Order: sequence, then structure tokens, then C-alpha cells
Amino acid sequence: MSEETKKIKLKVYRTNYKKEEPPHYDEFDVSVKRWTTVLDALLDAKSYSDSSLGIRYSCRMASCGSCGMKINGKPRLACYTKISELNDQTIVCDPLPSFPRIRDLVTDFTEFFAHHKKIEPYIHNDKVPIEVVNKDDLVEFKQTPEDVDKYLQFSYCIKCGLCYSACPTVATDTKFPGPQALSQTYRYMADTRDSGESTRLDIIDDRHGVWRCHFAGSCSNVCPKGVDPALGIQLLKGHLIGITKNDKKIATLRSKEE
Amino acid sequence: MGIKPNNENNSSTDGDIKLKSGREGLMGWLNPTRYGWERVSYWLQRLTGVGLLIYFIGHIYETSSLVNGINAWNSMLELTQTPGGHIFLLLVIGASTFHTVNGLRLIFTESGIGLGRPGRPDYPYDATSLNYKQKSGIWVAMLLAAIAMLYGGMVMFGDVN
Repeated sequence: MSEETKKIKLKVYRTNYKKEEPPHYDEFDVSVKRWTTVLDALLDAKSYSDSSLGIRYSCRMASCGSCGMKINGKPRLACYTKISELNDQTIVCDPLPSFPRIRDLVTDFTEFFAHHKKIEPYIHNDKVPIEVVNKDDLVEFKQTPEDVDKYLQFSYCIKCGLCYSACPTVATDTKFPGPQALSQTYRYMADTRDSGESTRLDIIDDRHGVWRCHFAGSCSNVCPKGVDPALGIQLLKGHLIGITKNDKKIATLRSKEE
Repeated sequence: MGIKPNNENNSSTDGDIKLKSGREGLMGWLNPTRYGWERVSYWLQRLTGVGLLIYFIGHIYETSSLVNGINAWNSMLELTQTPGGHIFLLLVIGASTFHTVNGLRLIFTESGIGLGRPGRPDYPYDATSLNYKQKSGIWVAMLLAAIAMLYGGMVMFGDVN
């Protein structure tokens, strides 16, 4: 038995700044089924209507974070959003807000990644060098499952930029690191292998830093991986003002004989 | 085809690739409708905060009229005894009640209290921090603001003394 098919209208933001092409929307009629995603519909339009349509995508399963865009007014992953769940005959696709636009739905992540890089998102530990040249120098830390639970959800971040684009502070402050970088600061702060807390807190504790978050919760509302950046940021603030309990003990190294 | 988007900012260049800033600016936070109750609370908290700051400045101006004599003070008071003045005071009552109650919630929230604990996320990945304790706090703040406005309205427009 064949699945029910229906027609929807796909409105896609188009522009090419290199050719001084004025921004406009192109409309495509696409046949969709119950499980058709917005990315499937865009690729259908690209395959059969206009091959010049600019989209960035890769894994098609919400793992790579490439296909973030504003769909019907809200940042979402195109591969993770079914047309049927939008309950609309017209699907409007815009580039992610707060990101510089390159062409059509493709945006530039340079600034976003720079914010992420600035908080030094890797394990700092006085006992272990950051760069390991000899494989014999590789070490293991001892962590309990409870230790892992404290930071695991924040490490699920795929850097898709949806939280950054939904954040009302990012919309007005270019120096604000954004929910992604701030939640990653908490992720390393909660990790018992890491001892670089003071270094990172110095970076985020300034007038454009963590205190500009006022818990609008939009980052957590749009996160497709359950990272809940708003939770991490508020816990980080609680830690900075000394309210959240900090019983972190730096993990010990497992010896080669163990 | 050919519908012009209404939100274009300054362009810049990065090497050979021409870029256009997609930053939403003030419009980014002026629209509270897309991201749930927490965004509505953020929006109302900021609007009421700005409104109360403006009222505070006006209030100092109003009370300072007393130094110009009792007649100046009475003429200033008359401004608040008009229907427009009453509606303005109703908005002040609502804004101050909401801002206070929601502000108390936010003092705890922004200190990491009442948001739940980090854990292993499961599909459909509902965020722990956007829990019903937080939503209830927002609803209570709105409800108390409505009750305060209702009582204020009864006092100013009705027979309650």
C-alpha cells in the first residue's frame, strides 16, 4: 500500500552577495510524505527544480550539525524537522539568524567557532601535557559513572549553532560568547579530569561574558541534542557567585600496572 | 518569486567571499512568541524594567514639584486623577508586581537553583531547565500582576477605598 503524498510550498531565501543578487524568496512545489524532512524537500527542489540552491548538509541524521536554518521562524536542523510536524502548507526556510550570510541558506560559522575556541575547550590538567607526542605518554583518568553524568549532556553538543542563533543576547552583542561556548565552559568545569577552571572563568567573567545571560531559555528550547545550554550557564553563574556546591575532586591517573 | 525580505544589514567582505551580517539586533529580542514561556518572561522582565525606570524618573520629578509650593504639587496630583492617569498607574502596578515576583524567581534561577540536575539526555530531549517549576513561577508572577491590577482598578475606578 502506497503512503499518502501531499503537495507543500517551499519558500526559500535566496541571495548571492558575490553577484550582488538582491535577496528574495523562491517558491517550490514539493511532494512530501509523512516522514519527509525539510532537508529531503530542499534536496528535492535542488535536484528537480533549481540546482543552484545553496544548502549545507552532511550526515542527514542530526549528528554533524551542518543543516541548521530558520524554518518557519525558528532555528532548527533541516534533517531533524519533519514537514508533517510543522502543520503548515507553506514551509519558509531562512538562513540562521546571528550568523553572517554567504549564499542562500549557507552561513559563516567563523565567529561562532572563534567563541568556542576562546574558552579553550579541551582538558587542562597540571599533571598531563596538553599535547602528547609519544603514545607511551598517553594516560587514563579514573572517573566514576556519577562523575561522567555531571558533564555528559553538555558534551553531546554538535556545534550546530541553533542555540547561538536563538539567543536574544547574541542578537545584540557581538562579543557575547553565546550559549554554546558558555555551556562548554561549564562542561569542562564539571569534568573531574579538568583543572583549568580559573583560566576559563577569567575568560568568561567580563562585561560581555556570562553575566549577560538572563535566562531567556531559548537556547535550550531549540537544542536538538538535549544539551540544555541554559542549565549549564545558570549552574556556571551559581558557581561563580559561590551558591552552587563545588565538591569537585580532580581525578587521579590510572597507573600502567592497574 | 521576488518577495523582498525585510531584514538586511550591512555587508562586509571576508577574502573572496562576500558576507552579509545576519544579526537580528533589537528585533531579535522584541519578538517573544517563538521560544516558549521563558522567552516571554525574559521579554516582559526587560520591558517592565525599562518602563519602571522611566516611571521612577517621572516619579522623582513629580514629588520634587512639592518644593515649588502646594499648588504645584496639587496640579501635579490632578494629572493622576484623570482616566489616562489611572490607566498609567494600573500599568505601573502590573509592571512592578510582575517585575518583583518574576525577579525573585530569577534570583534563584540565575544562581542555578530550581533548574534540576544534569543527566543523560533521552529522546525527545526535553530540557531540564525549562521545567514546570520555572513555568509555574512565570504564571504566578503574571497572575499576581493581574490581581494587583484588578484591585488597583477597583480602587481607582470603583467604590473600593
